[in-house]
Amino acid sequence: MLKAMLGEAWLAMGANRLRTALTMLGMVIGVGAVVIMMAIGQGAQYAVQQTISTMGSNLYIVLSGSFTTAGVRSGSAGAPTLNVADAEAMSELDGVINVAPTHQGTRQLVYGSQNWSSQIIGTTPAYLEARAWSIVDGAAFGDSDVRSATRVAVIGKTVAENLFGDEDPVGKTMRIQQNPFMVIGVLGSKGQNLDGRDQDDTVIIPLTTAQRKVFGTPFLGSVRMIMVQADSAESMPKVEAGITALLRQRHRLREGMPDDFFMRNLSAAAESEAATTRTMSILLGAIASISLLVGGIGIMNIMLVSVTERTREIGIRMAIGARQKDILTQFLLEAVMISFAGCLLGLLLGLAIALGINFATGMVIVISGSAALVAFAVAATVGIFFGWYPARKAARLDPIEALRYQ
Amino acid sequence: MADPVIRVAGLAKSYETAAGLFPALRGVDLAVYPGDYIAIMGPSGSGKSTFMNLLGCLDTPSAGDYFLAGENVAHMAKDALAVLRNRTLGFVFQGFNLLPRMTLQDNVALPLVYAGIGKETRRAAARELLDKVGLGKYADSLPNRISGGQQQRVAIARALVNKPQLILADEPTGNLDSHTSDEIMRLFGELNAEGITIVLVTHEPDIAAHAKRQVRFLDGEIVSDQLTAVVPGGEAC
Ligand SMILES: Nc1ncnc2c1ncn2[C@@H]1O[C@H](COP(=O)(O)OP(=O)(O)OP(=O)(O)O)[C@@H](O)[C@H]1O
Ligand SMILES: [Mg+2]
Repeated sequence: MLKAMLGEAWLAMGANRLRTALTMLGMVIGVGAVVIMMAIGQGAQYAVQQTISTMGSNLYIVLSGSFTTAGVRSGSAGAPTLNVADAEAMSELDGVINVAPTHQGTRQLVYGSQNWSSQIIGTTPAYLEARAWSIVDGAAFGDSDVRSATRVAVIGKTVAENLFGDEDPVGKTMRIQQNPFMVIGVLGSKGQNLDGRDQDDTVIIPLTTAQRKVFGTPFLGSVRMIMVQADSAESMPKVEAGITALLRQRHRLREGMPDDFFMRNLSAAAESEAATTRTMSILLGAIASISLLVGGIGIMNIMLVSVTERTREIGIRMAIGARQKDILTQFLLEAVMISFAGCLLGLLLGLAIALGINFATGMVIVISGSAALVAFAVAATVGIFFGWYPARKAARLDPIEALRYQ
Repeated sequence: MADPVIRVAGLAKSYETAAGLFPALRGVDLAVYPGDYIAIMGPSGSGKSTFMNLLGCLDTPSAGDYFLAGENVAHMAKDALAVLRNRTLGFVFQGFNLLPRMTLQDNVALPLVYAGIGKETRRAAARELLDKVGLGKYADSLPNRISGGQQQRVAIARALVNKPQLILADEPTGNLDSHTSDEIMRLFGELNAEGITIVLVTHEPDIAAHAKRQVRFLDGEIVSDQLTAVVPGGEAC
């Protein structure tokens, strides 16, 4: 019986091809929009998630006061307010697991006839731990390298590729500001950070070496930035309070004087970025769903017209023994079939466009199987929901009235 | 005599109109026996179609009882009536009422779909009946390819496909010329000779003359009920 009815629904759809196609188009556009928006939204979420996972967890950066408003790379007017001793004191605090004073800037690298401009980070081994940054080739430098200011460097993948090409950089010597540095390790790849900067375009060297040989600061031991890692997300507020109290005490700031440093919760910033993309993704989906709703209303409209047009047919069917549920099933089936066919086409169209966007712009898109499942569930629901009223209207017709209908 | 296929007692039907209740049928008693061939006659508005709709389980009476195959169906639910229409009754309409998008074979087989019968059986039964009414070669054509008389034959085949106990026909020749009407009436005659019970409505005395029994309606009541063979030519109105 169901097979016979499917066949009939197919016939009915074929009876007015243009109308069926236009009705379907509503669903095609609706589902297509949902698929594209979900692909883009999930892609954005994935990209942010990916970036956050490369950042390291539970991180604060403490910036020297003269930098609270100015850019990090601009020249400093006065001495930075933070120093290495502050960093050492911080590492004694409860809940703090890594503290890395850093001094960074951009410098030219030279190897043989090649040169490359890159971000130089002078810091301590704790930096790599805080950022969960692995070494894929060679080794990292140790605390002794920081103490004796050795000229060693670990380099990011981008630097390795651009400066050394196919050569193995480990053991090679490159020059920064005329000073020879031996490359002792290559960092694992991290990709872009939240600001879109290539994190692999980085050279990490001991803090002491950086200050003496590369940046040449007159304030040895002073730093502009300290990275702090808490042992868990729960202890972050405690750590923030502890650091503030410690630095105010060490810097002899009296009650009422403003802080001469600035703390930024990197993890919270990342979290808010993630929340923003989530919201955007939901919003995109919601907007797309409206077109799905419009598609559904289109189906309902056409089904209502169809019921009116086929009143006599319904009367005949009832006269020869169709029960109410037979008529109901017939019209529901038609609505669901239009909805399904539209959904299938919409899915294909959406995928094609999403892939096209990815191909043309390089934007990250994520196509999940669950999205396809959701689309199909939605199509069935839309078909049943919007087909229900017209189908019920058909099933409730009075057979005599229906037979008399011209 | 065998038990009647149909027995109605005090059957009445009133319609609600703007001018109040209008009694279209006012207490009709009639028994139809297996093998009967009844022509219902009467002037326009006398309640013939109203009566046929009640017999056909398309409508329910305002009062009275209707026994179909021994069962009182006067107050049955809609779906139960649908099953009766499907299994026990066959309809032939004035306007043929074939479904335009379906082949003749599918049209004839449609009642079997609602009876839940499998595809092969449906096909075989439909073919057999199309052959019987002489239209087997048009099985795969659409209704608009054949003439009105042929369409009515297909409709009769459809009415027969579920092996009903009774065929009901409201003015089956109303849309046909006299030659084609005669052909249709010959077909009804053959079917009745095979033992099929028929009740039909007609305005024309020479059509009614094909039936064995003539029942005359006037103002919602039966005013005469006579055997054609006993009183040839019927009575003047
Ligand atoms: N649905 C309805 N609502 C109100 N009045 C109706 C309805 N159906 C029929 N009637 C009235 O009932 C009376 C009987 O109608 P019916 O159709 O049974 O007559 P009929 O004998 O079949 O006439 P005809 O020979 O013209 O077909 C008529 O006066 C008609 O106007
Ligand atoms: Mg009538």
